[in-house]
Amino acid sequence: MTDRQSLLSVRGLNAWYDESHILHGVDLEVREGETVTILGRNGMGKTTTLRSIMGILRKRTGAIDFDGKDLMNRPLHHTARAGIGFVPEERGIFATLSVEENLMLPPIVSKNGMSVDEIYELFPNLKERRSSQGTKLSGGEQQMLAMARMLRTGVKMLLLDEPTEGLAPVIVQRIGEILQTLKQRGMTILLVEQNFRFASKISDRFYVMDHGVVTEGFDVAELPARMDTLHEVLGV
Amino acid sequence: MTEITISSETRRQSANRIQLALLAVLMIGLLIAPFVLYPVFLMKVLCFALFASAFNLLLGFTGLLSFGHAAFFGGAAYFTAHAVKEWGVPPEAGILLGVVGAAFMGLIIGFFAIRRQGIYFAMITLALSQMFFFFCLQSNFTKGEDGLQGVPRGHLLGFIDLSQPLNMYFFVLLVFVVGIFAVWRIVHSPFGMILRSIRENENRAISLGYSVSLYKLSAFVMSAALAGLAGGLKALVFQFATLTDVTWQMSGEVILMTLLGGIGTIFGPILGATFIVTLQNYLSTTGFPVTVITGIIFIICVLLFRRGIVGEFNASRLAAKLGFRSKN
Amino acid sequence: MMMIFGIPIQAFLGQLLIGLINGSFYAMLSLGLAIIFGLLRVINFAHGAQYMMGAFVGFLLLSWIGINYWLALLVAPVIVGITGIVIERFALRRLYNLDHLYGLLFTFGLALVIEGGFRYVYGSSGQPYATPDILSGGVNLGFMYLPIYRGWVVVASLIVCIGTWLLIEKTKLGAYLRAATENPTLVQSFGINVPFLLTLTYGLGTALAALAGIMAAPIYQVSPLMGSNLVIVVFAIVVVGGMGSIMGAIVTGYMLGILEGLTKVFYPEASNIVIFVIMAIVLLVRPAGLFGRDV
Repeated sequence: MTDRQSLLSVRGLNAWYDESHILHGVDLEVREGETVTILGRNGMGKTTTLRSIMGILRKRTGAIDFDGKDLMNRPLHHTARAGIGFVPEERGIFATLSVEENLMLPPIVSKNGMSVDEIYELFPNLKERRSSQGTKLSGGEQQMLAMARMLRTGVKMLLLDEPTEGLAPVIVQRIGEILQTLKQRGMTILLVEQNFRFASKISDRFYVMDHGVVTEGFDVAELPARMDTLHEVLGV
Repeated sequence: MTEITISSETRRQSANRIQLALLAVLMIGLLIAPFVLYPVFLMKVLCFALFASAFNLLLGFTGLLSFGHAAFFGGAAYFTAHAVKEWGVPPEAGILLGVVGAAFMGLIIGFFAIRRQGIYFAMITLALSQMFFFFCLQSNFTKGEDGLQGVPRGHLLGFIDLSQPLNMYFFVLLVFVVGIFAVWRIVHSPFGMILRSIRENENRAISLGYSVSLYKLSAFVMSAALAGLAGGLKALVFQFATLTDVTWQMSGEVILMTLLGGIGTIFGPILGATFIVTLQNYLSTTGFPVTVITGIIFIICVLLFRRGIVGEFNASRLAAKLGFRSKN
Repeated sequence: MMMIFGIPIQAFLGQLLIGLINGSFYAMLSLGLAIIFGLLRVINFAHGAQYMMGAFVGFLLLSWIGINYWLALLVAPVIVGITGIVIERFALRRLYNLDHLYGLLFTFGLALVIEGGFRYVYGSSGQPYATPDILSGGVNLGFMYLPIYRGWVVVASLIVCIGTWLLIEKTKLGAYLRAATENPTLVQSFGINVPFLLTLTYGLGTALAALAGIMAAPIYQVSPLMGSNLVIVVFAIVVVGGMGSIMGAIVTGYMLGILEGLTKVFYPEASNIVIFVIMAIVLLVRPAGLFGRDV
């Protein structure tokens, strides 16, 4: 794994919501083709980390490099063009757009994206419901739509915020399969996940966050040995 | 810690002393003013200062932007003028009728407006006051475009001849002081505290069990009544009541006075009204377009100067040195 | 003579037509307001002033360099739209992070400056704008006389409204606008230049107001204050319709215009205020507005 090139590198990231200081110097690294999961209890800064990398949260200091580009001083709409797709926790499906319009909304950023046909092959139920209103889909379908629309754009990396939250086990399993497929296609994924079992099946590496800093990072191979301490840290 | 508390306590005391001193200077100034400046001009300033303070009760201390306060101001002017001229009631009763009429209109317009919040509240008050404008435009009672002319000032309490400029001036000054005191009392009462908590966070006020709608409506009616007091007074000062005072431009003007002086401060609206009235008086002699200047000041205030004169002063170093507490 | 509800049918249809014409302008104006509000969360008080500017620019283009009505239909909205873009770019966008009321106050100040400025330069009396030759005159429909220009206004405004609706509901740009209305941050994180979209939207909204203005020029006279009371009526219409829906704004505009026309037939004294009365009733019955989604 270590011979792969670094794609995303975050150094000393600090971030604020209004006056409250949430991130206190986050360091992390994601290499090309890796799936990395950030673990941690609620309120430890996982979502904030994703939002700061993306540039949604503007009050931030430190260094973020992606694919050789400095992301700190670009406006929000340039982050996607650099090749990062963000799928927020609340999924962000638009009610005034049909399923297909939702799918077609994000602009193409590179030629490496999937075609609409390929996407419909991967998500057959989206094809069935292409003309219905976006928010009429079930929670699982909405999650798939939220992921699917980023795949069409050809981004190199996905930031996924709790993709399995509130979903039934069979849907969670389906999302796991989809992420495996994406991995095989070479997609780099940074995942924030509470569902430890789900994350352990697809991740190559883990980071643990606590009070706005990354406290540990380890390979999936080290996971069994660390289970006990992790249970303690995560309170699961 | 203790030392800091003491010093802030003494600072507050000295601030109060400075404020009292300023207030005394202001009062003395107002007492001398009619011997130096035109009483009619001064009375106009006082009327608008009271109007803006009434408006600020709603915007500054309850957080509701009414875009229809001209209806209360101009409406009361009509009521007072009509009562004094057509029914021959004494001036104090005429003004009282104006206040009651404005309060009643505030009740009606407020009843509809508080059903929505924020921007919709502003638009609804604007639309309903415009409806009142059209009513005034057509109704016989207002004499349409001509307005009610030649309103007699009459004798206050039957023996003070208000046609004497100085008598009228001191009457207006008295009403002004009483009006401002009323605003001050309302703001610093438990009722005013609840209004401010509604302004800060309406949902929290609701969850604390306050009947927010009722409080908002009460504030609206009080503000309308005080605006009516200013309007009725103005009708006596100028001895006429016209459509100008019920137009939406007038509603905008009072917003500007408050914004310019400082939203949510007691002195802000007074200062803002003084500034705008003086400016308008000056501009009307130059032939320069008043609305354009008013609009430019509006734009500047909104873009660069949202705290207003008093707000900026309170936030400044000078204020800190003099020991004023910056609000919030 | 044929009568309807005790009114001569000619008078009835005549007022209906006037109502429809007013409704056409209401619809175009409330449409622009709704589009601007949807994305920018700004109530554009300057909408009436920009409508007036459209008429005035058309008038000035004709009298200075002889640009005719048809060209003015294109040029006047573009010119006014550009002023809108400049205003958004350099002033309005600084207010997005504040209370929405500041946007209303800013555009109010803007309206004062524009209307006051035009009045200062051109005086408050109206200037006639000749109806283009091809649209002058009228046809006798048997039951009533229809001035051709008025018929044209009704048809043209319908085309404009439906065209704008199609633009927003059926195109990619429209999908961007709808999505950005719901969640601008997310749309921007997709790589779409939302700040530019906002600028464009304000430009489009003001251009629509200007288009209504130049269309109104031959019917009403061109005067600096022609939009100043109109904008408040349109506000009331927007409150009635609820600002959530583009189609709602259009339908409510026509509906209330016609209703106002009918009021002129049956109870002329109330025709000025009927829209405000309806607004009050709607507030009692359905505070979010007829087509509103928000409360």
